[in-house]
Amino acid sequence: MIPDNIKNILSTEDKKIATRAAYGKKLAELGEENEDIVVLDCDLSKSTKTNIFGSKFPHRFFNFGIAESNMMSAAAGLATMGKIPFASTFGVFASKRAADQVSISVAYPRLNVKICATHTGITVGEDGATHQAIEDVAIMRSIPNIKVLSPADATETEKVLEQVLNIDGPCYVRLCRGSAPVIFSDEYQFELGKGVKLFEGDAATIVAAGFTTHIAMDAARKLEQEGIEVDLINMASIKPIDQQLLMDSARKTGLVITVEDHNVIGGLGSAVCEVLSQGQPARVIRLGVQDKFGASGTPQELIEAYGFDADSIVKTVKENIG
Amino acid sequence: MEEEMKKKLQQSAKAIRVDIIDMLCEAGSGHPGGALSMTDVFAYLYFSGILNIDPRDPGKKDRDRVVLSKGHACPVLYAALAEKGYFEKSHLKTLRKFGSILQGHPDMNKTPGVDMSTGSLGQGLSCAVGMALGAKLDKQSLKVFAVVGDGECEEGQIWEAAMAAAHYKLDNLTVFVDKNGLQIDGFTRDIMNSEPLADKWKAFGWEVIEIDGHDLDQIEQAVKKAMDTRDKPAAIVANTVKGKGVDFMEGLCEWHGQAPSEEQKAKAIECLNR
Repeated sequence: MIPDNIKNILSTEDKKIATRAAYGKKLAELGEENEDIVVLDCDLSKSTKTNIFGSKFPHRFFNFGIAESNMMSAAAGLATMGKIPFASTFGVFASKRAADQVSISVAYPRLNVKICATHTGITVGEDGATHQAIEDVAIMRSIPNIKVLSPADATETEKVLEQVLNIDGPCYVRLCRGSAPVIFSDEYQFELGKGVKLFEGDAATIVAAGFTTHIAMDAARKLEQEGIEVDLINMASIKPIDQQLLMDSARKTGLVITVEDHNVIGGLGSAVCEVLSQGQPARVIRLGVQDKFGASGTPQELIEAYGFDADSIVKTVKENIG
Repeated sequence: MEEEMKKKLQQSAKAIRVDIIDMLCEAGSGHPGGALSMTDVFAYLYFSGILNIDPRDPGKKDRDRVVLSKGHACPVLYAALAEKGYFEKSHLKTLRKFGSILQGHPDMNKTPGVDMSTGSLGQGLSCAVGMALGAKLDKQSLKVFAVVGDGECEEGQIWEAAMAAAHYKLDNLTVFVDKNGLQIDGFTRDIMNSEPLADKWKAFGWEVIEIDGHDLDQIEQAVKKAMDTRDKPAAIVANTVKGKGVDFMEGLCEWHGQAPSEEQKAKAIECLNR
């Protein structure tokens, strides 16, 4: 059942937008309001959509070419000068190629760099394993000082970006390549460290974030049609995470299923386990990439093959409830 | 350089060297070789008046920036900052100790006067590129200096940064390359030959000035030439002696990362006072 307080912030429009597209558009808007914003990219600006900002504010846009490590440290240098750098590239390069630079140049001195990575998860699709970031959340989450945010749709992306601007320190924003349904209306307010319950029920708790939220919503609807009502939590704020919401829901349902477009080791599922193991022990089943590399395919083929499509979620809930 | 200034800088360099030996002995670990090799450059930077800095206002916005990319050489930076009055000299004795403002590698949030946290080799020059870009963007006339090691130039990121600095015509950026020819495992030419090093910087589009890194006149002329260079960054390739000034440390890779004992410290200070 959709909670009453959520009904009025759910979008009624039936449209699909990629979160990277929302990012590009919002960034160009924010650039107008805040002159300290500078945008950095590594020869992917047409894909990350930072080219919108770049054509609007060419003097505040720096293309660093195919050199992600240098871009990340240069972003740190710009931050020491009072700029607010948005450093963008694909998730694989932001997290793995430039991991040391993110850690030492950006996070250790707690510099105000916003790392906005697009093309995360296996839903990148046809490019295959080399371009599918399934470790980025694990890497970023384990680096001190960094906040990790994974918006579910275009609206939440915009709200997250507004919040990110108000945070003085490093943030990692996880964005997606493919289009996802718009879930939230403009009334929705994102709050750092808070999750939102999109469905309410006693049978089980489903926790999703980013590209998997709309998949989990489909699953919740299907379950509802069969008379099974679940809590569905959208956890865009992966670090800091909403401990209270998770513990309260787990206490009520006793069964938690996490859904992520990421390796189940180190990502959202692990973050949920960390909270529950300390505060509210509950059975947790982690759906997502089961410690395997990705493969080429359409996003839908991959989601099904790797077992985090709506039917897999439904099946998992049904097999594990009372 | 005027005689009086040269005498002053020589004294500063000596004081910095004594402090380096002293603090490393106290710490019981650390990197004397590459700190001593850069001492004359740091004496020039911090005591000739070339830097627009104010120890009473370490964070002042329009200050010139110094990024010690070869962060393990931080004793030279710490000694210079203490001499300059950024913090009490008594802190030097706390180097590398728990709770100290002087970390084993520079931490900009703990030590007044440190402009960038460094230590993972190759990153500092990129950070300096960001600083120089930021200054240009704000039309600030401040200068950015970075100090990299010749061994550090084996890191690919150095050349990514070099490419970007030339691409963005960062004539407000000057890099000192500490060419002391040694790294942890031995001679740089044996471990990973980076020669011809000066030609590499030239090929990347930099103004390159090669000097004796212990000759204050040459350091001054090189910095002035770097300041006068337009539309491209400048690299001052400083030929130096690792462990410079302490006879038993000079030119030995063993002194890259080993602290002197009390006995060795006494010998070193005697040598520096000679």
